[in-house]
Amino acid sequence: MKLIIIAWRNLWRKPWRTVITSGSIFFGVLLSAFMTSMQYGSYESMISNVVKFYSGYLQLFTEEYHENKTINNTFILNDSIKSILDNEKGITHYTKRLEYFSLASSDEITKGSVIIGVDPSGENEVTGLKKWVKEGTYLDNNSNGVLVATDLAKYLQVGVGDTIVLYGQGYHGVMAAGVYPIKGILKFPSPELNKQFIYMTLNESQELFSAQNRLSSIVIMVEDNYHLPPVLKNLKREIKSPYMIRSWAELQPELVQMIDGDRAGGYFMKSLLYIIITFGILGTILMMVSERKRELGVMIAIGLQRSKLSIILFFETLFIGIIGAITGLAVSIPICYYYFKNPIPLTGDAASTMVNMGIEPFMYFSMQPDVFYTQAFIVFIITILISIYPVVKSYTLGLTSSLRA
Amino acid sequence: MNVIEIKSLTKIYNGGEVKVKAVNGIDINFKQGEFTAVVGPSGSGKTTFLNMLGGLDRPTSGEVIIGGVNVWGLSSRQLIDFRMNNIGFVFQSYNLIPVLTAGENVEFIMQLQGKPKKERDLRTKELLEAVGIGDRIKSRPSKLSGGQQQRVAVARALASKPEFILADEPTANLDSSSTTSLLELMSQMNKKFNTTFIFATHDQRVMDKARRIVTIEDGKILSDEYFDRE
Ligand SMILES: Nc1ncnc2c1ncn2[C@@H]1O[C@H](COP(=O)(O)OP(=O)(O)O)[C@@H](O)[C@H]1O
Ligand SMILES: [Mg+2]
Repeated sequence: MKLIIIAWRNLWRKPWRTVITSGSIFFGVLLSAFMTSMQYGSYESMISNVVKFYSGYLQLFTEEYHENKTINNTFILNDSIKSILDNEKGITHYTKRLEYFSLASSDEITKGSVIIGVDPSGENEVTGLKKWVKEGTYLDNNSNGVLVATDLAKYLQVGVGDTIVLYGQGYHGVMAAGVYPIKGILKFPSPELNKQFIYMTLNESQELFSAQNRLSSIVIMVEDNYHLPPVLKNLKREIKSPYMIRSWAELQPELVQMIDGDRAGGYFMKSLLYIIITFGILGTILMMVSERKRELGVMIAIGLQRSKLSIILFFETLFIGIIGAITGLAVSIPICYYYFKNPIPLTGDAASTMVNMGIEPFMYFSMQPDVFYTQAFIVFIITILISIYPVVKSYTLGLTSSLRA
Repeated sequence: MNVIEIKSLTKIYNGGEVKVKAVNGIDINFKQGEFTAVVGPSGSGKTTFLNMLGGLDRPTSGEVIIGGVNVWGLSSRQLIDFRMNNIGFVFQSYNLIPVLTAGENVEFIMQLQGKPKKERDLRTKELLEAVGIGDRIKSRPSKLSGGQQQRVAVARALASKPEFILADEPTANLDSSSTTSLLELMSQMNKKFNTTFIFATHDQRVMDKARRIVTIEDGKILSDEYFDRE
């Protein structure tokens, strides 16, 4: 329609002004998308670190175990729970664990450690445990032996082929003790994990703790965090007392808090950025209207309804926003994609802090669609808000005064 | 037949303490095909009068009746459509929409009227040729001289087939040869289409072309004379 053509041409009467105004949106979108992509990327990596190294996206255990993580509160997997898990489509894998504390001793040294009994192939599918085997071989169901985390092994001064003694309490207070050859050494990217973990097969752990067929938890995986909510909702509905289901976020509230805090900081920065941009555009629009009063008056005089005039002015504002948003996205999407594919390696203090926190020292980027469409949406809202001015003006413009101008 | 009937038209501006009676009780009629100059010194009320007549400026009192319609009884939306269909405007300067070509400026008003494309194209061409700039149909106003711009404005004013055309000092910004030729053009159009023209001026050369001269001073009609001209 002609009105829109007029609006478009009006933009290019002062091309530089339009370029600069749209340019401010361009940079706003670029900066904001880049920042958001980086934030989301780092959250995603933190979450997947936690989830994929250890906790899984979801865990199933008993309500007593949730209160008190002792061997006495473990459970035996029954068919009804198993069928719920098998029938939930969003679940990609699940695996069983039996976990408890025990003392680990070499010849002279003893240290508290966490024993994790796992199904070797299931655990590997869920947490990729096998890839952290630095020396020796991974667990298998046919031979006995344990995997010891690297820092713990160093502390105990043991290596592959040595034996360690585990002893502690088993199910219902039974004495738990056993001697195990070390099959392999695990080196995780997280120091926390490296200090305390010993892995063995589920069967062996059940034997060690005299807890036949018992499990402390089932670790459940979904595609990624964005696929979690529906699965969580279904399982929470279907899994009934005495069992319960917990998401990684419920299991790791500190991580959620940290992410939320960081997100709030990001919102603040981005709001500030967009507010500055809003005033910049508003300035341009004020000028575009006030310097054309006479022209607008003439248009109304010769028969252009004010509603149609407001369409012209609205589209002028909208176009400025659209140009800025589209160019901003056109540039930020490939940049973010590049860094999504090639995360930026970090060095120095930042990197070691991250390693200490159990996070791989890379700056990750996210390609979640909402990183980008949020920017477009914000620009759209800003444009709509700003266009209130010219739209109101087209209804209130005094005819005779603008014609005499 | 009277195209326009004006009854005790008055406009009082409230300029702070003092009230300015810009137009002070004017009664006058205009007939189809008249070619009238409204003359008077600067500040005498010509613009105010024309604006009220053209539905642009609301009178303090009095009536403007065009083709039987009481103009100031219309709603503001109706008034805009009424202007579009019944009145052609030629202002002193910056008449044209700068981002539209000469042709598009003429066509624009017909588009607003909802005329079909074929008719618009034909009439645009015909009018621009009639005002003598058929070859500049694709030029933007900024590429035209002041005189050429006013010619396009006249063509645009005629495009909607209005009852009459109001021109407020259309030659004020033109040199003398452009003034003469624009006047010549308006007079030609007046004869060719039998469209009523009312123009305000204080330019003697313009007055000399008029067949009716209404003289205003202090918002009142001082004289109203008819002339025979060829
Ligand atoms: N908006 C206004 N407010 C106050 N006074 C005005 C306004 N517009 C015009 N006037 C006054 O009305 C009188 C007539 O002005 P105008 O119609 O412009 O005369 P002309 O067109 O003959 O020069 C002048 O005294 C002018 O100062
Ligand atoms: Mg005047």
